[in-house]
Amino acid sequence: MLSNYSQPLEFTKLLGWLDTTLKANMPEVWANLIEFVIVAVAFLTAYAVIALILIYAERKITAFFQARFGPNRVGKYGIFQSVADMIKILLKEIIHINNVDKFLFYAAPFFMIVASMLTFGAIPFGKMLHAVDFNIGVLYVTAVSSLGIIGVLLAGWSSNNKYSMIGAMRSGAQFVSYELSAGFALMTIVVLTGTMSFSEMIAKQEFCWNIFNGHISSIVAFVIYLISGHAETNRGPFDLPEAESELTAGYHTEYSGLQFGFFYLAEYLNMFIIASIATTVFLGGWMPIQIHGLDIFNQFMWYIPSYVWFFGKTAVLIFLSLWVRWSFPRLRIDQLLNLEWKYLLPINLVNILVMVILVLSGLTLTDLFPSLF
Amino acid sequence: MENIKKVILNTVPEAVIEDKKILTVTVEPNKLHQLAKALRDNTALPFDMLVKLIGMDWGEKLGVIYLLASSTDLSKEIVLKTGTADRENPLLYTVTDLFETAHFNEREVYALLGIRFINNPDMRKFFLNSDWVGYPLRKDYDANPELNKLSLESKDIIDIAPRIMEVDGKLVEETVNIFAEDDYIINIGPQHPSTHGVMHFRTSLDGEIVRKIDVHSGYIHRGIEKLSENLTYPQILHFTDRLDYLSANINRHALCMCVEKAAEIEVPERAQYIRTIMDELNRIDSHLLAWACQTNDLGATTAFIYGMREREIILHIFEKTCGGRLIINQNVIGGVMFDIYADFQKDVKSFIPYMREKLVEYDRFFSHNVIALGRMVGIGVMSKEDAISYAVTGPAGRGSGWSCDIRKHQPYSMYSKVDFKEVIRTEGDSYARYMNRLDEIEESLHIIEQLIDNIPEGEVLAKTKAIIKLPEGEYFQRIEACRGEFGVYIESRGDKTPYRMKFRSPSMALVSAMPLICKNEKISDFIGIGGSMDYVIPDIDR
Repeated sequence: MLSNYSQPLEFTKLLGWLDTTLKANMPEVWANLIEFVIVAVAFLTAYAVIALILIYAERKITAFFQARFGPNRVGKYGIFQSVADMIKILLKEIIHINNVDKFLFYAAPFFMIVASMLTFGAIPFGKMLHAVDFNIGVLYVTAVSSLGIIGVLLAGWSSNNKYSMIGAMRSGAQFVSYELSAGFALMTIVVLTGTMSFSEMIAKQEFCWNIFNGHISSIVAFVIYLISGHAETNRGPFDLPEAESELTAGYHTEYSGLQFGFFYLAEYLNMFIIASIATTVFLGGWMPIQIHGLDIFNQFMWYIPSYVWFFGKTAVLIFLSLWVRWSFPRLRIDQLLNLEWKYLLPINLVNILVMVILVLSGLTLTDLFPSLF
Repeated sequence: MENIKKVILNTVPEAVIEDKKILTVTVEPNKLHQLAKALRDNTALPFDMLVKLIGMDWGEKLGVIYLLASSTDLSKEIVLKTGTADRENPLLYTVTDLFETAHFNEREVYALLGIRFINNPDMRKFFLNSDWVGYPLRKDYDANPELNKLSLESKDIIDIAPRIMEVDGKLVEETVNIFAEDDYIINIGPQHPSTHGVMHFRTSLDGEIVRKIDVHSGYIHRGIEKLSENLTYPQILHFTDRLDYLSANINRHALCMCVEKAAEIEVPERAQYIRTIMDELNRIDSHLLAWACQTNDLGATTAFIYGMREREIILHIFEKTCGGRLIINQNVIGGVMFDIYADFQKDVKSFIPYMREKLVEYDRFFSHNVIALGRMVGIGVMSKEDAISYAVTGPAGRGSGWSCDIRKHQPYSMYSKVDFKEVIRTEGDSYARYMNRLDEIEESLHIIEQLIDNIPEGEVLAKTKAIIKLPEGEYFQRIEACRGEFGVYIESRGDKTPYRMKFRSPSMALVSAMPLICKNEKISDFIGIGGSMDYVIPDIDR
């Protein structure tokens, strides 16, 4: 049904042509290899570019919240500020610290970056813009994103600094707790859609996003996912691991130069990853808004390419996250854990049950109004 | 006060009582504790607040002057004096068990005058290193830099405190460990974003819970009191600004008033109006910064910027008046240096409704935020008794239900003529202190509103002699600064320079209460409580 509409700006044809040309001219192994390299380069570039854009956007949006100007010196409206910052951080000296556990200390930032990179790879950015389409995509994303915590713990432990240590311990407790909620919230939707693959999830959301399909239960799961995802990214009001007014910079106090840059990059990318998973799972991913029977409308929606839809939806969620971050004061560690274990987790467990009942008794919107959705 | 005399003579019959402006009682060192206890426990009018503890070197004698006030009526004051002729090993008795605030003050006296206090539980030097040679405030101090060379070597902090205890009538010198052997100690400060200056808390942690705090201070001690002894009064004025720089104008006002009273200089009414308005603007400015910093300590960066935004308008008014923003150099002995500018009234009057509007915004944005409430309500509770014992005044003291506003108890300048409420809350927690500040901004606006249209015409500066000499005597002045009671003590021997100059620091009292109210709180709350107490370090490290 999708192919019925004209999609002039999609990359589908280009990618298809690339694939067939490569495979026609060389052995399949080589063709695959070249494709791998192209994908890897594209992802690394996207990774850096998205982080730069996010950093700039956050600084500008925050400035707007705080009645300031934000960066406005490098380029018009300061748009090259992040690029300048990146160059600066690349050139900066890495300060070598005595009395740290050298191996772990230098390994820690890579865990962070690798974990977010692995998660990044599984996200569908648009139609056909999907590096690996696992049939257990949700599970995979949940699993690899929690690798990042190892980096945080290692950083805190190996720094040989009491502030870093406290930050890392907080982070450990926080991550383990909120990972649970985030996982359960995603599971609720897995119950609803009956699949763990992102591409199938998106296909099922063509006419009715999951957040509407499971109504009450989905909305609860969505809110919980946003909260716990926000907590997983260590950003205010959950920024206890690096609470700058308490622990100076928490687990990455001792890092400098590019190593600090890695933590910084990973933090922003994690924010993007959380928002994009939420988009894919709850808000229809890259799927344009479609209404049954309104072919002209649908065609117009398809003129907007799928990656624009994806990034647009993600941007809205990121804006939400920034809004929260810059409005709320920080929680205390016991309040943070209370919120998770006493409120979010029980709600979540009940919520899954409710979802199961909804699905089994045919009370989802698609079941109730099959002609509409 | 006749009853008080009876109480004194009943307790210590040989006490020498002088009827000066403030009742002054001189006793022998061994009787002082007894007398102070009797005065503190006097039910009709308890003298339970130790306002100032002033170490003195009278030449032949070393001693201490205590200014006591009644917590029920701060205008009732009494001065106790005691001294010892032994300059080699001067010993006096502590009053720390009666007034907790004496603890740090006695340690300060030990560092600066070398007087040790028997029974003080921790007799380390405050402000100075333990190996400092000489006692700076003594008149025979040798200031030769060779004696105390600048050391570039890192020194370990030794957590062992010497003390002298009286056991069965005998004096025993002993040492005591501040921390237990296996305590997990973390240094919060001297460089830390939330200590509001160069303050050093050695904190013993149990997980995230604060078990014990040991305060180290003196990283920016400048010896202002010592410097003052060689400078004329107009010169000393500039130091007052550098104490609590956030209430610079008010501190300066205090010293001006003290000198004016002593030299019997009549301040023109116009200057009084201007001083009061400027003081209140300064108070709003300081409270805004305190609010902003507290929200920042709790992790809300946006609220911080909002506070700064409103503060900027006041700073702008200051700048237009006299060129300075933080430190405005306006008060001088005899009045104010600069008259207000033409549009001053207009600017201030447009600021008042704007600020009111913003107060509502603060309320909506932060004061009722669920996380903010969770971080402040019931955290860092200080009882009224503790507040009095630690002499914690200002918004913090009033947050504990203690009416301690000098503007009400001992009105100065125009405060007797304006109508304003003393904001008092009884909860004693961080939130009470937080809300007190916001409410005090409103009260300050109300005060300014009453004065701004009625500033009389006339001179702003009384004619004073070129060289101001104060007649021989002791002069006390108390004033309500932004963080509590600021005090000036001048002992004059008839010269153009003071014989002894002492400033009472409200922040020192605030910090001295920190170990008490932060005990068993989380480390994040320690930071939050620090924000709600709002101490300024240069005020402590005079």
